Amino acid sequence: MTGRSFQPKLSRRAVLTGCLALIAARPARATTEAMRDAIRHFTGSAEIKAGRVKMDIPPLVENGNSVPLAITVESPMEKDDFVQAIAVFNEKNPQPNIGIFHLSSRSGRAFVSTRIRLGDSQNITAIAQMSDGSFWSGSVELIVTLPACAEN
Amino acid sequence: MARILINLPKAKRGEIVEIRTLIQHPMETGYRPKGDGTSFPRDIIRNFVCELDQIEIFRADLFPAIAANPFIAFTVKAEEGGTMTFSWIDDLGMSQTETVDFIVE
Repeated sequence: MTGRSFQPKLSRRAVLTGCLALIAARPARATTEAMRDAIRHFTGSAEIKAGRVKMDIPPLVENGNSVPLAITVESPMEKDDFVQAIAVFNEKNPQPNIGIFHLSSRSGRAFVSTRIRLGDSQNITAIAQMSDGSFWSGSVELIVTLPACAEN
Repeated sequence: MARILINLPKAKRGEIVEIRTLIQHPMETGYRPKGDGTSFPRDIIRNFVCELDQIEIFRADLFPAIAANPFIAFTVKAEEGGTMTFSWIDDLGMSQTETVDFIVE
């Protein structure tokens, strides 16, 4: 076995410039303020109450590239009282938004499930907009052992 | 054409069914470095819409934090059967639509 012969030839300079390029390319991370702004953009000036939103996501994530997320909101989902939209936000990805899901009274249940990317251990917040104009929120804190964007 | 998987079960009237959808798509975030100081250009699915007989029942606005090959599951209350249309639109203007008959017994 001559494993060495498979190694690509890399000069010290090439490695160094490559590393520098990676550092330069690292995007700015969304901060808690960015998340707050994104939430404000979604809710406007309305008050956000805690509760009614339940997030189902593993607390310890092994691979940040694909994290299963399910959100349910307590609501009768009838013609005059239903969840209009569920928006999901994060703290530390390059962008604070994850997704906005628009439901209707025909949904039957206030439920949505998807798979998301997480760049770091962080808080995830979901905000539900009710048909009466009120907003409810739920949050989870989770740990990511191998983040998405691990190329950095 | 991207591959699409849709799981739309038959329903009894009044029952709430879960619809699961998945489309093959790289969901390139625009943040992944190429190695030469630039990044791969962003190409994600921005919008997903589900309609039953031209009436919207579910819509999603997606961002780069949605994983590749976006999976979206949601529910619908079975009142009347009909034609269910699923459409995805991405940054490059690719739009793909799939129709499935929704059977309510």
